[in-house]
Amino acid sequence: MRFQEEFCDPGLVQGLAAALYRESADLIEPLRLMEVCGTHTMAIARFGLKSLLPPQIRLVSGPGCPVCVTPVGYLDHALALAADPINLLTTFGDLLRVPGSVSSLMEQRACGADVRVVWSALDAVALAAQYPDRRVIFLGVGFETTAPTVAAAILQAEQQGLDNFFVLTSHKTMPQAMALLSADPELRIDCYLCPAHVSTVIGGRAYQPLAEQYGIPCVVTGFEAADVLQGILLVVRQQQAGEARVELQYRRAASWNGNQRARQLLEQVFEPRDAEWRGMGVIAGSGLQLRERFARFDAAHQLPVSLPVSREPEGCCCGQVLTGRIEPQDCPLFGTICQPETPVGACMVSGEGSCAAAWRYGIQ
Amino acid sequence: MCLGVPMQVINVGDETVIAEIDGVRCEASLLMLSDPVTVGAYVLVHAGFAIARIDADEAEETLRLMREAFDDEGSA
Repeated sequence: MRFQEEFCDPGLVQGLAAALYRESADLIEPLRLMEVCGTHTMAIARFGLKSLLPPQIRLVSGPGCPVCVTPVGYLDHALALAADPINLLTTFGDLLRVPGSVSSLMEQRACGADVRVVWSALDAVALAAQYPDRRVIFLGVGFETTAPTVAAAILQAEQQGLDNFFVLTSHKTMPQAMALLSADPELRIDCYLCPAHVSTVIGGRAYQPLAEQYGIPCVVTGFEAADVLQGILLVVRQQQAGEARVELQYRRAASWNGNQRARQLLEQVFEPRDAEWRGMGVIAGSGLQLRERFARFDAAHQLPVSLPVSREPEGCCCGQVLTGRIEPQDCPLFGTICQPETPVGACMVSGEGSCAAAWRYGIQ
Repeated sequence: MCLGVPMQVINVGDETVIAEIDGVRCEASLLMLSDPVTVGAYVLVHAGFAIARIDADEAEETLRLMREAFDDEGSA
């Protein structure tokens, strides 16, 4: 497929790997590079890129998987809503198997709850129009890439005059989380590979405060093998030159200013709020909530349910994995009781989770 | 979840396009794109929306810069 195959060309990948070896040779201290996008995590594991890197380059995964950073309390809220037979829950597939405190959406579905996987938030709006006697609730999880699509769905529901469409929002925004990680001396992040598709929306400009305030080079990087290696090469060059700025490697889709239309949708429908991230606690201004005008679509306020006291699974180290403090294999549950078929933590469930990547492609 | 698939536009409607990759077709909303798209263009599709156009010239330039990173050394 065009724009994929040519960026995975073996000659190109080997050439870039050789260039990385050559240009990293003078590094005295190893560089710690964090990627904060689940698709990067998967791409690095799938292509085996760590095996191509010189020892001076250390890749660590950050909180880039939206399902993984969603706290257990959100799942419990969704499960409580699913228990009412008038409610029809709609979700992207990767949330289905994530364990809540006592159950998962998939288990609830097996017990009769109406939980449906949709391809787009617009499909959930169509279901609301199709079933006027049901309450159709969309589970709004995701970063800046996904949130505008949910904003568009809410506007469409408003336009159609639907009063049975709701969203349980847990959308999060990446730069605030990156700022928290950047300020953590224990993590010692030297450079960021910035998420490609989040950046198509928010633009490279959004990372400029990080580069300036924390002196961390940031490169918006694509997802094919050669993209990732070139992104690493660009941060190495910045590091060598003593620079810290934002560069765009993924120029074919991401720009400095991002997608204006998508940003307008975000701005129109959502406003910032403090949000809880699994493993990181509450981060100021890192979430999105519906503006007052759209409050009637807010499932959390319109459809009150009693919520259990949520608890993280015992022994689960997802929080430390998500912040790059430990590798998946350092968790005592990894590969023992926590496996893709019987996941304990979200990082083993999601197709973008670090533990799922390490399990599927091996530890490198 | 932020998965975006580069797909080729094969049909343009009023508010949506039909896009294709490896024989798989899907409908994608144009609500998030400012400029019109034409048949044959490539777009990134995420969760039922075309979220970005893929710029073929920029892609070529990126490939050229990638080769330059090691070709220069080879010819030096």
